[in-house]
Amino acid sequence: MDQPKNKRYGMVIDLDKCTGCGACMVACMAENNIPFRDDDTDKLLSVSWMHVYRLSNGKPFPHAEECFLPRPCQHCEGEHGHSPCVSVCPATATDYDMHTGIVSQIYTRCFGCRYCMAACPYHVRQFNWWDPVWPEGMERALNPDVSVRMRGVVEKCSFCYSRYQTALNRAYLEGRRELSEEEYQTACTQACPAGAIVFGDLNNPAHRVHQIVKPDLAHGGRPRNPKVFRLLERLGTHPKVYYLTRRDWVRRAGDNEIQKT
Amino acid sequence: MEEPKSSAPSSRSESETDEKGDGAGAAIILFFILGLAASLLVGWIAFPALLYSEKRQPVDFNHALHNEIVDHGCASCHFFREDGSFSGAPKLAQCIECHREANSDDPEEIRFVEEYVKPGREVPWLVYARQPDCVFFSHAAHVRMGGIDCAVCHGPIGESTSLKPYQVNRITGYSRDIWGWNIAGIKRNTWDRMKMDDCAECHAQARVPGGSVQTQKDGCFVCHK
Repeated sequence: MDQPKNKRYGMVIDLDKCTGCGACMVACMAENNIPFRDDDTDKLLSVSWMHVYRLSNGKPFPHAEECFLPRPCQHCEGEHGHSPCVSVCPATATDYDMHTGIVSQIYTRCFGCRYCMAACPYHVRQFNWWDPVWPEGMERALNPDVSVRMRGVVEKCSFCYSRYQTALNRAYLEGRRELSEEEYQTACTQACPAGAIVFGDLNNPAHRVHQIVKPDLAHGGRPRNPKVFRLLERLGTHPKVYYLTRRDWVRRAGDNEIQKT
Repeated sequence: MEEPKSSAPSSRSESETDEKGDGAGAAIILFFILGLAASLLVGWIAFPALLYSEKRQPVDFNHALHNEIVDHGCASCHFFREDGSFSGAPKLAQCIECHREANSDDPEEIRFVEEYVKPGREVPWLVYARQPDCVFFSHAAHVRMGGIDCAVCHGPIGESTSLKPYQVNRITGYSRDIWGWNIAGIKRNTWDRMKMDDCAECHAQARVPGGSVQTQKDGCFVCHK
């Protein structure tokens, strides 16, 4: 069976454009049937695949600066697909797909040991402490393309994989095996009012994400654009989510070593 | 593990002494055989009968009769939507195209028209092949790109004159056609079962290229969502 060229789906987020509005988080919750509770203030217990962090340069007033950092799953490639979570999963519930570069999570396979949560350096994985309960009538607005998770399993961002599946469905019907750039876009990308998120195939020079990042694919996708950085680059996890900024202190915060005093 | 060896001779001598009272030994063996037979009956006949509840389809549809009349075979009623998804069981709107009024004096057709067409009620078809929530199945990938016949997975349902009963697993809520009708799990035809193993078996035979780092086979996200 012929197989189209391998994709390496990735994302670049412009931190200088991000206003921290949280539209990406809301779009993600709605798209992926993410459960919430009446009181979701304890972020160790709540679930959100996309989370916007607030960074500060820690300087007093005239020089104080803030930056908002949206954090989806980084879809680490590691060495040959051995991302931190995939390496430790004892249930084969999480997997790295060489065809798409997406780290999958199969909820029905996961038994909730949370080893992956301990292994993930980015805190992208979250545990369902309760069965999801939807406000009356809201269950009719759930996305039928994404399965709802039960209590006791881990979940995380899938780069809206259901959108990839439905886009492929249409392509197959039209006799194509390749998707165009705009056919598969994540919910957060489309929701961002500032256009700060760019999503596409890092292997494809025609895609905007490739043009911005200029990834050095021989070296784990290291960005060649000096304004682009990845979180905790020194760990060698080779994430496929890149951040773009012209502010030096933000770039330094992306590889946050313990400050020597 | 020394103990079993030393205890073996002593137990043999015990059984030798038992055989003197022969009636008791035979009764125990008979009791064991009867017990085994009873458990087998419960496990193979009573339990499956309890596990599945049987329903009839709301309308006894005659596939063979319709298949002779329509032009495009299965695709005449079970078609692809424009976005690549598959329509599955037809909606009333498609039935009405021909059945605004009863076309024959068949009592089942007259009942269908009276109960569903005239009040404009959708027929609550029971879907034999309904998969669990976590499953993503692309008809386009299999039928259009893979060139697989409907009957490979669904069987010769197009030649049936009457709809078979629908059985639902009382515990899981899934159709019995997913697990297969043979309680021993024996599969004779490709359409006998629709479990994950059956999908994987065909994917392995068709050499669907695998991208999974963990298994070296298909990625899990190919069929899961």
